[in-house]
Amino acid sequence: MILDDTLGLDADSFYNALMDAHAGLTDAQSHALNARLVLIFANEIGDLDRLEHLLAAARQTTTP
Amino acid sequence: MAYDYAPFPYTPPPGLTRPEPRHPVVIVGAGPIGLAMAIDLAQRGTASVVLDDNNVVSVGSRAICWAKRTLEIFDRLGVGERMLAKGVTWKVGRNFHGENQVYAFDLLPEPGHKYPAFINLQQYYVEQYLAERAAEFPDLIDLRFLNKVTNHSDHGDHATLDITTPDGDYTVEADYYLACDGAGSATRKRMNLPFNGQTFEEHFLIVDVEMETSPFGSDDTPERWFWFNPPFHSGQSALLHKQPDNIYRIDLQLGPDTDPKEEATEAKVIPRIKAIVGDTPFRLDWMSVYKFRCAKLDRFVHNRVIFVGDSAHVVSPFGARGGNGGIQDVDNLGWKLAAVLQGNAREPLLESYNIERVHGSAENIINSSRATNFMTPKSPIEALFRDQVLKLATEHPFACKLINSGRLSQPCNLSASPLQTPGAALVPPGTALIDAPLHDGQDQTWLLTATHGNFTLITASPMTLPDIAGIARIGINQSADYPCYRATDGHAETRYGTDKIYLLRPDGHVCAVFDTPAPAAIIAARDRALGAMI
Ligand SMILES: Cc1cc2nc3c(=O)[nH]c(=O)nc-3n(C[C@H](O)[C@H](O)[C@H](O)COP(=O)(O)OP(=O)(O)OC[C@H]3O[C@@H](n4cnc5c(N)ncnc54)[C@H](O)[C@@H]3O)c2cc1C
Repeated sequence: MILDDTLGLDADSFYNALMDAHAGLTDAQSHALNARLVLIFANEIGDLDRLEHLLAAARQTTTP
Repeated sequence: MAYDYAPFPYTPPPGLTRPEPRHPVVIVGAGPIGLAMAIDLAQRGTASVVLDDNNVVSVGSRAICWAKRTLEIFDRLGVGERMLAKGVTWKVGRNFHGENQVYAFDLLPEPGHKYPAFINLQQYYVEQYLAERAAEFPDLIDLRFLNKVTNHSDHGDHATLDITTPDGDYTVEADYYLACDGAGSATRKRMNLPFNGQTFEEHFLIVDVEMETSPFGSDDTPERWFWFNPPFHSGQSALLHKQPDNIYRIDLQLGPDTDPKEEATEAKVIPRIKAIVGDTPFRLDWMSVYKFRCAKLDRFVHNRVIFVGDSAHVVSPFGARGGNGGIQDVDNLGWKLAAVLQGNAREPLLESYNIERVHGSAENIINSSRATNFMTPKSPIEALFRDQVLKLATEHPFACKLINSGRLSQPCNLSASPLQTPGAALVPPGTALIDAPLHDGQDQTWLLTATHGNFTLITASPMTLPDIAGIARIGINQSADYPCYRATDGHAETRYGTDKIYLLRPDGHVCAVFDTPAPAAIIAARDRALGAMI
């Protein structure tokens, strides 16, 4: 199960901060930033079962 | 049927032939904000002159979505019921990605409110109703069309205005000059005030079409439909609303690199509409191409010159926070200015208008710019995130909350303002009144209607409310020597609890809550709401 939303009213603020983090970067730099973010977030989650589940969920949505 | 733009009459103003006595308030601009301002002041016994350089209501529908809180304020101003009767009520918004719905929201899922989450009503009707309501105060509202303000100056304890009319020029003096002269405010420009914010590069085509057949499917429930990348307008976004008179509003994002003049022609627009409605016959009612901006003044109060509405702040329309935000300005300023002019409060109370509405407009700007950013990604990476949010949302509910096609106008929370006495309750200080149905044994009424316009104590507890000069009282589920009502279906008890006393400001915001009916604490809170701490 993917959790229902946990950010609540902060969802828009988070999204805005994420876009700000990418502002002015080239595509390659953005790609690298995203990779670093995934690694940092994974460390914060710190639970392999959970991470494998999240990886599967994200991978599954890769339809066209 | 197209709206009949009947011109308002012009009569030569007295100032052309002899100096006019100083007016307590001169309002520059008879848009929705200037008109509402004059009515609010008149209902409180304060006279104003309203000057407008034009003599017709808004050309084109412009603002169509009026939020619940705005309707509640319009109820107090005497036009809410008329607007509700004419307007198209809606509360559900649907977001589509391509052909498929990804997320729907209900803006008012509970019953027991006089006004719905939203109505759609063209700005020209709103201005017409306000102008007709203003005409009911012939001794207190002096509405002057074709009177263009060309200059003004602040003299410390009053302001002077230079005015041009078809019959020549004249000058008036005013204790307060209310700049309700809209987004392009000449007052703001004359004063060289910075108006900073974000301009969006995208152009948007706004079209009103009249048609008999509803595009909202067979059961014709008016809703707000928003498309990311719709099948009929590839790669852009689109928004659909229903207005009265079978008029539908269609907003189409056009991208940054278009020629706005060429886009606003029938030759360009008709094929775009046909792509949406197919062979259904329609009539083009109005069209315009806009670029949007989110910006505001740093301060709204500049000694004797006070900015209200679009002159003080502008937003992109996604979220309907422009007109709705301006009406909250009016609601906030009306009682304060009347109290200062009538000697019931000192001038620093006006500073609280500045504090509270600068806060409110900052909130509106944050929400409007985030929505506009989400729907108009500025870089490939923003587009990528946006599209992946939409994709995730079809499977994972959390992602729905990230979809932003507009966070629709909400009443502003004023809990951080110095006028409120801090306290805890179901409806905490700073919150706008939450409506509830009441009855008095025979007639059905609403908490909203019962509490209009004054400092008012309300309680759904057994406590008897003390008699304090200048404070009205409303008891719920009790009997006493002040107006008392029964709560219908328990809504008032559920919303307010049965162990508190609430003090409402004249604009219907809770400013203090009490556990006991001690007059000293209530008087202190009322005085604080009148600016004693500023
Ligand atoms: C396409 C579009 C869609 C919108 N949709 C919504 C919506 O759904 N909901 C919402 O809440 N808001 C919406 N808005 C915003 C809304 O239209 C504005 O917020 C609202 O009109 C502001 O009212 P106002 O009275 O401050 O200014 P205005 O309506 O601009 O009125 C200003 C008045 O001042 C007069 N004036 C100007 N200069 C002078 C002068 N020198 N002397 C005398 N008179 C003068 C003008 O003639 C005018 O009558 C929308 C706007 C647009 C453009």
